[in-house]
Amino acid sequence: MKLPKARAARRRRLAVLLLAGLGLGTAAALTLTAFDDHLVFFHTPSDIADKKVPLDRQMRIGGLVEVGSLERVQGTAEVRFRVTDLEHAVPVAYVGVLPDLFREGQGVVANGKLAADGTFRAREVLARHDENYMPPEVAEALKRSGRWNETMGAGTAPPAGPPPAPATQR
Amino acid sequence: MAEFFAMGGYADFVWTAYGLTAAVLTVLAVSSVRRLKTLERDLAAAADDEHDR
Amino acid sequence: MNWQALANPARFKRLSDRLLPWFAGGAALCLAVGLYLGLVASPPDYQQGDSVRIMYVHVPAAWMAMFVYANLAVAAAASLVWRHPLADVAGRAMAPIGAAFTFLCLATGSLWGKPMWGTWWVWDARLTSVLILFFVYIAYMALNSAFDDDTRGARSSAILALVGAINLPIIKFSVDWWNTLHQPASVSRLDGPSIHASMLTPLLLMAVGFTLLFFALALVRMRAGLIERRLAALSYTRSADAGVASFR
Repeated sequence: MKLPKARAARRRRLAVLLLAGLGLGTAAALTLTAFDDHLVFFHTPSDIADKKVPLDRQMRIGGLVEVGSLERVQGTAEVRFRVTDLEHAVPVAYVGVLPDLFREGQGVVANGKLAADGTFRAREVLARHDENYMPPEVAEALKRSGRWNETMGAGTAPPAGPPPAPATQR
Repeated sequence: MAEFFAMGGYADFVWTAYGLTAAVLTVLAVSSVRRLKTLERDLAAAADDEHDR
Repeated sequence: MNWQALANPARFKRLSDRLLPWFAGGAALCLAVGLYLGLVASPPDYQQGDSVRIMYVHVPAAWMAMFVYANLAVAAAASLVWRHPLADVAGRAMAPIGAAFTFLCLATGSLWGKPMWGTWWVWDARLTSVLILFFVYIAYMALNSAFDDDTRGARSSAILALVGAINLPIIKFSVDWWNTLHQPASVSRLDGPSIHASMLTPLLLMAVGFTLLFFALALVRMRAGLIERRLAALSYTRSADAGVASFR
């Protein structure tokens, strides 16, 4: 019972749909490209060093907690540490509760404002982690065998290439 | 056993996540099956009506 | 197979009667084994400890949120182009399931984010795009039932479903295109999953279980939807008959 008229209508509807999809896709791609900079969740210490961001405003900075930089200010609840992207580092001061994952070498995102003395005064500190999941023993074994990437687990992609996939190693 | 329920100190988060998942999926499944059963009864009744006339 | 014939409730019932036990049974089996492996037999994570177990419900729920939507979009296209009666019924049946999985993805993600990241919620690209997906599901269901005329409701919600499909690649690639608090993908990577086998197994089992559960629920709901249509048609002809009768 397939009338040629019905088939033509179907073909027309399909064409309209594909055209509309193409137009919509292009529009979305253009919009997303235009908004690219605003969709960034955090800025890096290098962005701040290069003055790529307006420094007088509330913002988020992200990077690794520099190993050996964490100190608690005596007699207060304040912690100080440096956030680094392995090129530049920004000193951060924070008063408050730190997430369980927070530790030296870990990825963090701090929300706050840059003070006149160059210290980033954080209102909130969030931890990042990366996409690797494994039991503690496997992590130990990887570290012992020297196949552990320096930034592994930190939540910040290493500068060159992906880390070795631990899934295949037992 | 107590250690299992403690979830390494994350008991509140882990068990809430699993409990919520179980609750939502169960409600969805039960309500879907119940609605089908009701409708099947209605259809049978309607078919009988049709037959009687 | 004659696709038009499937819209007949009796035929659809026969087909779903045959498939349903397999879907439901398979889902129960996968979820039981997946839960045991995920909650008991799998190790804690080297960084996140036992909180990583939330992953076994959060990640499959997230996959389902997107997979169900992809199905919804296909049904929408079939409805608009081929005007297949089963496509509208399928869309209406699937949308609440997808919304439920999206809600679970957001809620369990929040419960995981609080202890690990230190926050219940952030407006990064990944979390925001998934929240939008949830709203699209809600809008689809609202629009679908907003019209007295079922066909108009089906048609307008189908258009919405297709427009909303643009969100799927945005969700998927948000963690690669922009920097986010959310970490990148662990399983669908070019160089293989970055999850240890002992944790990947329960994750995949739960995902298969959720998928089979979705198929089972969709079948049950589609059957209900077909009967509803049939009943509406019956009462329509009956009231028409009655109208003619009283006229005489």
